[in-house]
Amino acid sequence: MHISLGVNGQPVEADVEPRLLLVHYLRDLLRLTGTQIGCDTTTCGACTVLLDGMAVKSCGLFSVQAAGREITTVEGLAPHGHLNPVQEGFKECFALQCGFCTPGMVLASIALLTSNPDPTEDEIRWALSGNICRCTGYANIVRAVQWAADKMRATGPAPTGMGAILAANAAPGPSQGGSHGAQGAHGGRDGA
Amino acid sequence: MGAVMAPEAARKPGIGYSLPRREDDRFIRGQGTFVADVTAPRMAHMAVLRSPLARARIRSINAARAFTLPGVLVVITGELLARRNLAWMPTLSGDVQSVLAVDEVRFQGQEVACVVAEDPYTAHDALQLIEVDYEPLPALVDPTEALSPDAPLVRADKPDNRCYEWETGDLEATDHAFQEAAHVTTLDTYYPRCHPAPLECCACFADVDPDEGRARIYLTSQAPHAHRTILAQLMGLPEQQVQIISPDIGGAFGNKVPLYPGYVVTVVASFLLRRPVRWIEDRTGNLLSTGFARDYRMHGELALDAGGRMIGLRVRLLSDHGAFFADAQPSKFRAGLFHIVTGSYDIPVAHISATGVYTNKAPGGVAYRCSFRVTEASYLIERLVTTAAYELGIDPAELRRRNFILPDQFPYRSATGFSYDSGDYRAALDLALEKAGYEELRKEQEEGRRKGRLVGVGMSSFTEVAGAGPSKDYDLIGIKMFDSAELAIGPTGKAILKLGVQSQGQGHETTFAQIVAHELGISPADVIVHHGDTDNSPYGLGTFGSRSTPTGGAATAVVCRRLVDKAKKIAAYLMEVDDDDVAWEPGRFYLRSAEDREVTIQEAAAAAYTNPPDGMEPGLDAVSYYDPPQLTFPFGTYVAAVEVNPETGEWKVLKFVAVDDCGVRINPMIVDGQIMGGLTEGYAIAAMQRIDFDAQGASSGSNFEDYLVPTAWETPRFELHEMVTPCPHHPLGAKGVGESPTVGSPAAFVNAVVDALVHLGVRNIDMPLTSDKVWEAIEDSRPRKAAG
Ligand code: FES
Ligand code: FES
Repeated sequence: MHISLGVNGQPVEADVEPRLLLVHYLRDLLRLTGTQIGCDTTTCGACTVLLDGMAVKSCGLFSVQAAGREITTVEGLAPHGHLNPVQEGFKECFALQCGFCTPGMVLASIALLTSNPDPTEDEIRWALSGNICRCTGYANIVRAVQWAADKMRATGPAPTGMGAILAANAAPGPSQGGSHGAQGAHGGRDGA
Repeated sequence: MGAVMAPEAARKPGIGYSLPRREDDRFIRGQGTFVADVTAPRMAHMAVLRSPLARARIRSINAARAFTLPGVLVVITGELLARRNLAWMPTLSGDVQSVLAVDEVRFQGQEVACVVAEDPYTAHDALQLIEVDYEPLPALVDPTEALSPDAPLVRADKPDNRCYEWETGDLEATDHAFQEAAHVTTLDTYYPRCHPAPLECCACFADVDPDEGRARIYLTSQAPHAHRTILAQLMGLPEQQVQIISPDIGGAFGNKVPLYPGYVVTVVASFLLRRPVRWIEDRTGNLLSTGFARDYRMHGELALDAGGRMIGLRVRLLSDHGAFFADAQPSKFRAGLFHIVTGSYDIPVAHISATGVYTNKAPGGVAYRCSFRVTEASYLIERLVTTAAYELGIDPAELRRRNFILPDQFPYRSATGFSYDSGDYRAALDLALEKAGYEELRKEQEEGRRKGRLVGVGMSSFTEVAGAGPSKDYDLIGIKMFDSAELAIGPTGKAILKLGVQSQGQGHETTFAQIVAHELGISPADVIVHHGDTDNSPYGLGTFGSRSTPTGGAATAVVCRRLVDKAKKIAAYLMEVDDDDVAWEPGRFYLRSAEDREVTIQEAAAAAYTNPPDGMEPGLDAVSYYDPPQLTFPFGTYVAAVEVNPETGEWKVLKFVAVDDCGVRINPMIVDGQIMGGLTEGYAIAAMQRIDFDAQGASSGSNFEDYLVPTAWETPRFELHEMVTPCPHHPLGAKGVGESPTVGSPAAFVNAVVDALVHLGVRNIDMPLTSDKVWEAIEDSRPRKAAG
């Protein structure tokens, strides 16, 4: 089947088998390997991405179901090296150890803060209860989300996807590395 | 104390400083490289066909239909492997394990065949087309039946289903102590089979060039060098031609110590196809077939005198190893380091005997976030002591205090022969009780009981053992359990550190740089740490059993000091004085008689390359293989307060206070992170993680819907406190920490839940303490109405 969708602000088109899972499309065809796979039962959340800003488990969707929609993966969060506040919070609060759950956790947290900019601890824990972390015990993840919430309330939410690229292009300052979100099959561009 | 601590001013940012992790940047951007992320042109994909039955004879395997599928490249069966003498492989415990079943399958989920195809979907489709004709056989599921003469035989080469008999301690003296005892407390408990379940499953990427005889293998491995040696021998490849790369690893917790059939077949497939092949295990395969943990039936007896002093301990163990003995125990110790079962207590005599049996279950018995069997041992003694306290009518804290090994008894020789390094057990208990508000909790419990509230307080004053281990006693498959560090300081004074240990989230790239920074007085930013690639690191046994800091950390300190010794000669040469006239403090050499005349470590390093003294070998690098003189003994006390719902048996944690003493802390933030994570796993084991089997040997825990791991929602809040009693024999005074919380906490939770019900007569509930079991214990304790 032919599909066209947006991934991290870039339009992509592909011919895919109807049964191809979105997570495999992202990982294997677009080589966006930040999105991980930790289970076969849509339980662990390692594969969490944003679908039109909403957190979804990309192992629970076919890629064809994403047709016409906008996907944001972890690679789309800091296209020019400017970390998203949630990424900063994770770093600031040591909210990761092995890092395998981290992309999914970060995206689920962004989705939460988009709909609820000032969550309570219980709201954070509930919102992240579809994401398993085997290393950290979650306390620092909760702190990271609170840290990001504070920062975002002070400075306004960070855009994701296309918005992030536009914002990064508009912002002066250092630009580390290329556009992580625009590699591989959908045509690596230098982003500048 | 032999511990060397830099003066306060020099500590930042070396040891004792919560340096942010340099690993984090790549992970938060999704730029980590896990094995499943590794790819190559022409890469093929492998999928594994597993047995649906726990025990069956394989009459035939017909893969013809699989080949009808376009894109299928090869189907590998046990028969094909047998022709190359690869159908069986060695385990790290000196047994053998089936790579792909040839004649018989011996557990549900066992690897039967592998398909390699152009893409993973095709490989999985092809699995459905392989016809395996099984003749079901009765399975041996219950280990207590394994030794009975009419039990089904798991292995023809193991005629009585017996894996081993093992004992330690003094039987006669122990029996004598029990004759003298005023009181004997007995506990029978089962530490259930559970699975480490790191979030990343196992995976392998193999690129073998048969012409060159060269194999480059990415592996989810906690022990890349050991895996290289075994794979090289198994495959008949010269070891120097085998490169194992263990890149970023998504958690391991003991699960990634063993060698797995999937790895071997991936390598074989790459060899056969002359193409890179990648296999990514799915969660079902991971939970069904890879290294499970525990599965220990324990009978413990504690002898006490009239004053409540412990005078003897007797333990009998029955260990279920599944179909293959594939733990990674030190060869000498079949029950691992279970010797630690005397715990924090001065028990003069003890005897332990263990029987290991084979059953039709997945192999394992891996050390799930603990040194070999330490979790089981710690659980048993902490449950026994608590039970004894109830029987004697003594407060559990008081009974512990009466029996602790005292600070002036160190080094302390335990009844099972361990030499404990250092400790202050009473201080840890007192601190934990104070922080938990023990007295108030007891009052709350008392008042609650009057109103029908069930509040319980449990504690665990664990001592664990880490850092295996001294070469006189410890080896894996004959290789001594040293570990290594290689350090090179270049002409510009920057350092490259290569390690034999490997990281799965522990943050070695940061902490080991801190050790070098601390020792040399340079910035951690000037140190890069390499590990996990056997072509680019000295031989070591890897990271498990909290051994990285005790062994690899010590090796790093030692190698730094070796380079400082050499650099000192260079400094003396540059200052044109005798070596003895020169003193060292981190960062610089100076003249004793004129302290402001100095040569920095950077200047000495430069001279090592540009201007070495006559007769001195140029360069500034060295390698250290550190053979620890002793094990290390981290300790602490955990206090849990819980409330049990009398109607449903559900329980929640009201408070959890942890006091940990792991000796000197290199990066306190990382230590706290390890403790938080370990407590969460300890809670999970106590509360929810269980893998059961039905009478046919079918597993109940093959996915995260059935095998429960806690999310942020269920995980209790933990309050952490620290003590520092340096390890006297470790160059940095460190003991290791990754596992204390998993070792110590399950008993605290169970003690707390039992404590909530103790007035009802409940003395034991086996883990996991699911609500149905707790509810049943409450129901059973109610006075029964007469029947009819
Ligand atoms: S991989 Fe998608 S939820 Fe686990
Ligand atoms: S950091 Fe390892 S699973 Fe979360």
